[in-house]
Amino acid sequence: MADKKQSSNDKFIPKIVVFACNWCSYAGADSAGINRIQYSPYFRIIRVMCSGRVHPNFVLKAFLDGADGVIVSGCHFGDCHYIFGNYRAVDNFEKTKALIHTLGLEEERIRLEWISAAEGVRFGQVINEFVDQIKKLGRSPIAEN
Amino acid sequence: MNYIDVAIKNSKAYFCLDCGKCTANCPISQYNEEFSPRKIINQAVLYNQNQVINNELIWSCLTCQMCSERCPSDVSFSQFIIDVRKEALNKGKLPQCSHGGVIQTVMKMMANPNLKQKRTEWIPKKLKTSKKGDVLYFVGCLPYYDNIFSKDIDVEPLEIGKSTIEILNYLGIEPVILEDERCCGADLLTIGDKENFEKLAKINISLIKESGASTIVTACAECYNILKNIYPSLSKEFKVKVWHISQFINEKLDSFKFKSPSDKKVTYQDPCRLGRYNGVYDEPRNVLTAIPDVELVEMVKNRNNALCCGTNSWINCDANSKQIQVRRLKQAVNTDGSVLITACPKCEIHFKCAMNDENLDKNSRINIKDLTVFFASSLKSGA
Repeated sequence: MADKKQSSNDKFIPKIVVFACNWCSYAGADSAGINRIQYSPYFRIIRVMCSGRVHPNFVLKAFLDGADGVIVSGCHFGDCHYIFGNYRAVDNFEKTKALIHTLGLEEERIRLEWISAAEGVRFGQVINEFVDQIKKLGRSPIAEN
Repeated sequence: MNYIDVAIKNSKAYFCLDCGKCTANCPISQYNEEFSPRKIINQAVLYNQNQVINNELIWSCLTCQMCSERCPSDVSFSQFIIDVRKEALNKGKLPQCSHGGVIQTVMKMMANPNLKQKRTEWIPKKLKTSKKGDVLYFVGCLPYYDNIFSKDIDVEPLEIGKSTIEILNYLGIEPVILEDERCCGADLLTIGDKENFEKLAKINISLIKESGASTIVTACAECYNILKNIYPSLSKEFKVKVWHISQFINEKLDSFKFKSPSDKKVTYQDPCRLGRYNGVYDEPRNVLTAIPDVELVEMVKNRNNALCCGTNSWINCDANSKQIQVRRLKQAVNTDGSVLITACPKCEIHFKCAMNDENLDKNSRINIKDLTVFFASSLKSGA
């Protein structure tokens, strides 16, 4: 089974959903584009007003609909446009992690990141790292059907 | 046949006499004047039949069976609502899912056969379980409830699981616990998602068959109802005896030795699925009163008149739900009992969630425990 996964990895194109907050991370992705940074294209970005809005259900729904990995991304602590939104994101993410674990998915399939509007390079890096990680893990068992 | 004809036939709604007893007794109707089981049935049977699915009030029903309890014509309004919801869901109508819809999503994910869950990690090593055996403990969604609720409200759903295994171990039974058990699907069935419900049921039935168990014990009233009444109709091979833990304990009460419990005066909440659906009223009461020094005091509304815990299948939890919960909590406080015992994890979660409100007055605050937790804590160790 593992060998099969390895060999099919070359052709495996992961589906990744990125929830990016409007004020920092989405602007960070913009900045990556403006600076013409080359990075992996295998992700779909969804803009939310705040990372604190990303309820566990958003992440699970992404997996249910065929995602292989999900990134939740917001402003650095202290930078949140809504002051405490990203602390709420941490709380939500802890719950999501627990649910993902009980459901038997690998915890590496989800990631919480803080990316500011100026960190275009870092946005590219995070996406590249995550795509590699998901490629190693292979298709999510729920997406296989 | 049109869906509405099927719904009317299944629920015997054509017998409706238009007497309105259902509406007079419905817990939702008491707070939401617009909601009326009589009116919904009337709308379906007499007028614009197909408009029923557009009626948003069909999602407000608790399916608590209080209306059917009083109905002189024995119309099953809950069954009617479930059939109508099926069609409404097919037409793209959606209920307002509580908790962001996460519980529904988890249940739908479990319907995927590829999933390999890690749902037995919570079992402490001192408790004994086995891979194959005669008695199977059907845990239900407790591990997920723990993930979702334990941080926000003061509940420990897994304590119910631990206590149940403890009780079974006390009887010398090492229950089978399925590593990859799925949700029983009760909540999906109630919101009308028959497709996913059947997927879940199919996986569960084959897993139970593989385990070789001939007896299932569960501590959840909703799992009990589904496993006992719905699963046998889906598969002819499903011939397992299903017990609620209170029934199981009641059969073997002589084998237990008790110590004096910390709470002496208790009151008991009848879960709708255990009481009105299956008529299990006496067993939980026997179990409670078997513990020495325990006095059971009944609430104003008890047994088949018991008030629902306010919300069902994790949808449409609103101000009306809260009002029902507070009313029930007040009834519990008025008994002068020190603890409210429930036999369904969902009742416990719903009541404790209502008590999470800081502005709630003292007259509606009471300690709530699950039957299994209370029973296990009053067992004398080392038998």
